[in-house]
Parts: sequence; C-alpha cells; structure tokens
Amino acid sequence: MHGLAFDIAHLLAGGMVIVSFMLLYQDRVYALLKVFALHSLVLALAVGWQAHIQNAPHLYVTAAIALIFKAIIIPTALYRIVRRLGIHRTLEVVGGVGRDMLAGTGLVALAILVMLPVTATADPLAREDLAFALAVILLGLLLMVVRHNAISLVIGFMSLENGLVLAAAGARGMPLAVEISVAFSVLIALIVIGVFLFRIRERFDSVDMQAMDTFREERRR
Amino acid sequence: MTHLGFLAVAALLVVPASAALLLIGLSSYRFGARLNVGAAFISLLAALSLFSTRPEANLYLRVDDFNVYLIALNNLVSFTTSVFSAGYIGHELETGRLTPKYLRFYHAMYQALIFAMNLALLANNIGLLWVAIELATLITVLMVGIYRTQAALEAAWKYFILGSLGIALALFGTILVYLAAQPVMGQGLPAMAWDQLLANAARFEPALLNLAFIFLLLGYGTKAGLVPLHAWLPDAHAEGPTPISAVLSGLLLNVALYAVLRFKMLMSANPAALTPGPLLVGVGVVSLLFAALMIYRRGDIKRLFAYSSIEHMGIITFAFGMGGPLANFAGLLHMTMHSLTKSAIFFTVGHISQAKGTQRISTIRGLTATHPALGWGLVTGVIAIVGMPPFGVFMSEFLLVSSTFARQPLLALLLVLGLLLAFGTLLWRLHGMAFGESHGASTQVHASLLPMLTHLGLVLMAGIWLPGPLVAWFQHVAVLLG
Repeated sequence: MHGLAFDIAHLLAGGMVIVSFMLLYQDRVYALLKVFALHSLVLALAVGWQAHIQNAPHLYVTAAIALIFKAIIIPTALYRIVRRLGIHRTLEVVGGVGRDMLAGTGLVALAILVMLPVTATADPLAREDLAFALAVILLGLLLMVVRHNAISLVIGFMSLENGLVLAAAGARGMPLAVEISVAFSVLIALIVIGVFLFRIRERFDSVDMQAMDTFREERRR
Repeated sequence: MTHLGFLAVAALLVVPASAALLLIGLSSYRFGARLNVGAAFISLLAALSLFSTRPEANLYLRVDDFNVYLIALNNLVSFTTSVFSAGYIGHELETGRLTPKYLRFYHAMYQALIFAMNLALLANNIGLLWVAIELATLITVLMVGIYRTQAALEAAWKYFILGSLGIALALFGTILVYLAAQPVMGQGLPAMAWDQLLANAARFEPALLNLAFIFLLLGYGTKAGLVPLHAWLPDAHAEGPTPISAVLSGLLLNVALYAVLRFKMLMSANPAALTPGPLLVGVGVVSLLFAALMIYRRGDIKRLFAYSSIEHMGIITFAFGMGGPLANFAGLLHMTMHSLTKSAIFFTVGHISQAKGTQRISTIRGLTATHPALGWGLVTGVIAIVGMPPFGVFMSEFLLVSSTFARQPLLALLLVLGLLLAFGTLLWRLHGMAFGESHGASTQVHASLLPMLTHLGLVLMAGIWLPGPLVAWFQHVAVLLG
C-alpha cells in the first residue's frame, strides 16, 4: 500500500511539472487559461492525495481552495476580462518554443540536482515532492520571463504559486495558517490584477508590456 | 507588568487595523487626516511603552531586545509621516491630483500599512512574518499606483510583479526552514516559532538550511531593494505619493532587512551551515557601488534619493555581513539614522516638488533663494545623508569604515569608493538645486516643517551625543546578532 500511495503522489506531482511545460508552449490566450485551470486541478488532486496519505484533514481545505478558486473562479474571471477587453487572442511567442522547452528541461534538471542532495535525510515522499515543486516554481518563473504579455505574466505567477502550495502540502504537518494565506494572497492578487488590467487597458489600449516601456525615465527626457 | 506589555502589543495591532476600517467609511478628508495622525500617535505611545514592560513571547508574537527598537522607530516615523502627509495631501487635493474618494482609500491604506509593518516586526512565527510582509507589499502596490498616471501604473505593475516574485521565493525559503526543523522539533506550530527554531538550530540539516537562506535572501532582499532585484524601487518611489516614498524608504526596507537578519541569526546558530556573512557582504558591496554609479545620471529628484536608499541598504547589509560587535553596532545605528534622515529628505522633497510643480532636477534651481526653509532643509538633509559630520550618519559610516579597515582592508577600499562616489554626485546635484539661478514657475506652499526638523534634530543629536542607555542597548543587540 505504501508503495502505491507513494507512486500516486509521485504521479500527481510529476503531472504538475508536465502541465507547467504545456503552459510554456501555448500561443492562444484562452488555451493558456484552460491549461492553467488544468494545472490547478492537478494541484488540487495532488494536495488532496497528500491529505489522504498524511491523514491531515486541513490539507483537504487547501485542496478545496485550489479547486474552487484556482481551477474554476480565477480562470473564469480572467476569461471574462479577456473577452470584455477584447485583448488579442493570440500570444506573441518571443524566441522559439523549442528554446523555451530546452530551457525548461534544464530548469527541471537543476531543481532535481539541487533538491535531492540537500534533503538526503528527509522523508522520501517530501523529498520528491519538493523537487517537483521547485521545478514548477522555476517553470513559472521561466514563463514570466519569456513572455511580454500581461496575461502570461499573471498565469506564470499563479502557476508559480501552485508550486508553492505543492511544496507546503509536501511538508508534513505544516500549520494551516500558511496555506490559507497563500490562497488569500491569490485572491487579493486577482483583485489587484483585475483592477490593473482594466486600468492598463484604459491607458494603453494594449496589455503588451512592451508598450509600457516607453514611459521609462530615460525616454521621457 | 506583563499584562501591560500585552496591552501595548495588542494596541500596536488593533489601533491601526481598526483605524483603517474607520477611515474607509470617513468621507471628510480633514477629519480623516486628523484621525490618521491620532491613531499613529497612539501606536507610537504603545511602542514606547514596550521599553519599560514587555509581554511573554508566545508562538505567534514576540518582543525582544532586537525588535523593540525597530518597533519604536517604525511607529515614530509613521507618526511624523502622518503629520507631513496631512499637509501634503491637502495640497494634492487642491491641485486636483487626488479626489476625496481616493484620499479616503489612501488614509485607510496608510493605517493598514502600519498594521502590516508592526505585525511583521512583532511576529515570532516565520509564517506570520511572511504573511505580514506580503500584506505590506500588496498595500504599497495599491498606494504607488494611486495617481493613476501612465508612469504610476507602470511603476505599480513592476513593483507588483517583482515584489510578488520576491515574496514567493521567500515563502519557499520559509517552507524549507520548516522542513529543516520538522525532523528535530516535530510537526506543528513550534517548528515555525522563531525563538524555538533558534534554540534548536544547531541540530538542523545544514544543507537544507543553506538552500533556505539563499531563497530567503533573494526573496526578502528583493523587498529590501538589494541589487540585482532592486528595479522596482526607484520607480515606486518616484511615482507614488511622497509620504509613501518616505515610509517605503524609511521603514519598509528596514522591515525586509529585519526579516533577513532574523534568518541570518538562525544560520549563525548552526555551526555546520554556510556562514551568511560573505553573501551579505557581497550583495551589500554590489548594491552600494551600483547605486552610487546610478545616482549620477538621475533627472528626477525622487528617483535620485531612491537610488540613495539602495546605496544605504547596501551599506547596512554590508555592515551586518561583516558581523562582530563593532560592525553590527554600526549597522544598527545606520539603520536608524538612514530611516530618520531619508524620510526627512522625502518630506522636504515632497514640498519642493509641490512648490515647483515638477520633480525634474533641471527645473528645480535656486531653492535657498525662493524657498529658504525648504532649500536649507534639503541642504541639511543631504549633508546628513552623505555622511558629513556632525550628523549621526557620519558616526555609523565612520565606525563601519574603520572597523572594516582593521579586518579587511581591500573590502574597505570598495566601501570607501562607493561612499565617496555617492558623496560627490549627491552634493553636485544638491548644489544646482539649492543654489544657482532660480527659474521656472514656483509657488509658495504651506509646509509643515515640524516633522523634518524633528528628524534632522534627532540625527544631529545622535551625531554629537548618543545617550548612554542607547549605546549600551545597541552594544547588547550587536552581540546578539553575532
């Protein structure tokens, strides 16, 4: 039984890394949002499974928050924002998808090489979970770096936060306060983002971050 | 006795939080500004009372020798800034840059920010510390963007992205610290309480702790404006309302650095873990030199002083990285002096940019002739911040330079180079603004000079004479910091 429990946890956490890769090559806004919903769904399953095998009921709450807020409410809200703003439906991919995938693979290797040696004494389940979580975090960072679109930035940041929740769930007995606050922060983040998108749109007629660069001090002279 | 201390701690959190709620509902801006000042004053009294009596630490909150003075400093500067803000905001309303609706929001957010910073300083639980800093970040993001100009939105967006990124990395570091503690201390809350972590840190897995510290340094370092993750800082300072620039520079940077120092103490308690000193020294020197070079070409007066804040954060980080009683003493003193001086400078700069109707340095000329009080205030502030005697910043910089020369002469050269560069460029910029031929539009503003004079007076006093108990106390904390 222990072997199977471990394998399922492994499968779900690994699934998040795969979905993170899927986020990297999306070139349409709606598809990106759908893949993000999938990312959060896998997170909810992974955290739920952790709750089951750790016998930690408070993690079910975290899983429910991930499912309701991140897999349903946030993608829907962003979907509406995108539709209402009439943002270009396609995302500009800077550089090539191939390059991004290679960089992503490198980051996953890095995460494993960094995490596994330092956690040699820790519980094997937490170890693998943490390595996957770091990989998800780094892939989220990569997504934020390689795209100039505000929506991609937001999704990159949220997938990064999903990685953090995965890490927190893997840490046995970590008090609930943190998970709730993560969820809370995402909620606030959404409000902030929503407000920002409206305001940015209002001012720039575009959510391409490069349009904003013109307002740097140097060019304002 | 501890009962009173408990009340003081409760007041530090409850007063700003309830004031924030009240202010949301208040439509009169005059009354709002007064309530803001009043609430900040009550918090200041509560903070000062902690010197005489303090409550027992529990799993969530803790007042110890290290944070008590930062709490006092935090509430002092937020009180004086609220006084400054009352005058400043009135002018913004007259010129129509802000509407009454936004002012209501502004005052509520101001108190919420004080709440978040007090919570961060009081927190004993590393998770709570993180939550408080995250809250402070989100609040300041909203405040930076309050003018809703293109530049303000860009600044707020950049700050939001970089700030949340830093916060996310810090959370990962926090989780790693818990994971390092959990095998030794068992599951649950005690493994997140800072004092209990410190007591057991020697038995933690060193490799995990090392990795955690890297993430925490990157994460909270972003919030402290350390290079290379400083990019948000100049924009946020330049585009937000000036009282917020004063609070950001004077207080929030300190709070973030305080978090780094707490974890540095954990690292030092574990003999097998990496020594955090060289890392901090490296980051500090790079920030100092980078900012000193960047100051030279600034065209915007608030940006100029924002880079100066990065420079000073570099100096403070450098001091704590050097470690040892003397350098830590210098670091603590410099933290205090920088807070007081930089916020005083921002008070003056706020009035100056209102009087001249611009933040461009090239149009701000001959201030000592047109606005003697503001002009000479700026001159005094800049002379204090570049580290000229007889001001307190001179004392702390001198202490740091001399103790570094005794231990690492080569590093001291880099430090002195950075200090001199910043010294030269700031004075050169000041010369044009304070003296020279005045031109361009200028109006008189009704400026309340009291906050600025209080701060500069304290800095001057610290430069001439530091009270005995304060010195003894700084020495004690310097030893604690290791």
